[in-house]
Amino acid sequence: MRGAELVHLLKLEAALDLRQRAAWGGMVLYVASAIYTCHLAVQEGASGSAWSALFWIILLFAAFNALARSFQREDGGRQLYLHTLAHPRSVVLARTAYNAVTMLVLSLLSLLFYTVFLGDEPLRAGDPLQFTVAVALGGIGFASVLTLISAIAARAGSGIGLMAILGFPIVLPMLLAVMQASRLALSGALWGETAPYFLGILLIDVVALSLAWLLFPYLWRD
Amino acid sequence: MKHWWWKFLAVALVLSASIAALRTPLAPAVVYVDAGEVSAGAAALRVVGYGTRFTESPVQAYLENGGQFVQAMRIEVADDRHLTAHFEVPAGLREDLCDLIVSAPGQGDMRLFDAFFYRSKGAGAATGTVKAPQRTQREGFVFPNRNLLYESIRNLNFHVPMWFTMMLLQTIALVFSIRVLSGGDPLHDRGALAAVQVSLLFAFLGLITGSVWARATWGGWWTGDTKLNGAAVTILIYLAYLVLRGSATDPAKRARLAAIYNIFAYVLMLLFIMALPRMTASLHPGSGGNPAFSQYDLDASLRPVFYAAVLGWMGIGTWLLHLQYRLARLEIAKNHA
Repeated sequence: MRGAELVHLLKLEAALDLRQRAAWGGMVLYVASAIYTCHLAVQEGASGSAWSALFWIILLFAAFNALARSFQREDGGRQLYLHTLAHPRSVVLARTAYNAVTMLVLSLLSLLFYTVFLGDEPLRAGDPLQFTVAVALGGIGFASVLTLISAIAARAGSGIGLMAILGFPIVLPMLLAVMQASRLALSGALWGETAPYFLGILLIDVVALSLAWLLFPYLWRD
Repeated sequence: MKHWWWKFLAVALVLSASIAALRTPLAPAVVYVDAGEVSAGAAALRVVGYGTRFTESPVQAYLENGGQFVQAMRIEVADDRHLTAHFEVPAGLREDLCDLIVSAPGQGDMRLFDAFFYRSKGAGAATGTVKAPQRTQREGFVFPNRNLLYESIRNLNFHVPMWFTMMLLQTIALVFSIRVLSGGDPLHDRGALAAVQVSLLFAFLGLITGSVWARATWGGWWTGDTKLNGAAVTILIYLAYLVLRGSATDPAKRARLAAIYNIFAYVLMLLFIMALPRMTASLHPGSGGNPAFSQYDLDASLRPVFYAAVLGWMGIGTWLLHLQYRLARLEIAKNHA
């Protein structure tokens, strides 16, 4: 496992994604339709807690949708080919990093759409910067926890259904922490109050990443 | 016979602990005072006890407020559970809330914490107080009798051992899963499956006993408590484990996938259960800053019963796992033959 290998793998991911622009379009469209549905359903504007709850539900399912395809494109032959070229640990690190960037972009984009369609009054009543940090950390956190789950689901040969079943209980702790942090952010809490949650999320990220690094080679062995 | 002793021991422990948990009487306690608030002056407090024997021996009553004690002038005992205590309450006691202590030889000091509001607060009463009364000892083998818990404290000996046993079995499943990844013996895979199945049985038993207890003390079958979220996550993870096993067909691949998921989930779950409840509010003993029972009232009589129940249920869980494991071994041997 070398740094150069990681960079190569990241470039490969980006190149593959550029080639499949429809996939990105699909993700963004998924978020946009979900947000527009909420806009239609919530006519009089949502209160602070409902506003934040709706947002996290949308982002959670967007994350499942986006990350499920992370390992889906390797059918038997391509996986074997990649295995001969790169160490599996580099593969999982590169892919987690790439997924983290994807989720970061997707979650910030979702927040932008969301404030456009559902209003930003709750955000302006609290601390917008803290909420944005919570959203960004949440997006990265979903990626770090769900990447290995996505690989397991793909190896089991099932689609997004299994991914949601396997991933939900594992992502729930992070979801609770991130929702608590965003509730505090919306109520205008100080950085000192939300910081423990942010640190907790980072801790979960680190542990999940180390476990993925440790376990992924076993997943790739056939 | 040589290999059976621990099974007999487990059954004996569970039976004796369960009988003791259900049959041991609660300590006598004061459960109710008919005053909401009291000001300085004469006050007649009607006191209701539970499991008390007021007529048996001379009874004393005291108020405690900020380290100062006031003794009752006169006590009229109506029957074993009811008495009226007449106090001359001084002005200027330090705290807003008064404790009431009723003590009787052989029944111990029965204290009702925060019995009523005190309306004549000051910098300490100058007259009308007495020295701290001598503690009276309680006799007999009884469970602690605490406000809100009352008789439901017996559930401690059923609810908590279920979760302890579940955690033990899940740790055994983790060890089996690690051995699957390092070796690949199909028996280890079946061992992990068996441990997860038995642990789910105990998880549901823990959930049922906890739910009944929550209904009795908190007023709802399920609450949004952190500890309950932890329980829900645990059960969902192991149900998902079973679903994952169901959806992979090739046995070797299924064993590996299940082992990886189990290790990943176990460590993250542990992190969740250890770290997050300390950051959020909780009503559950032992989390959210609440002390666990052991710190304040897992007293001399409850402790041996509780430990016997924990060891006994762990033994029963291990026995169930052992049966499942032997069954799996026979099945594997039959398939190879």
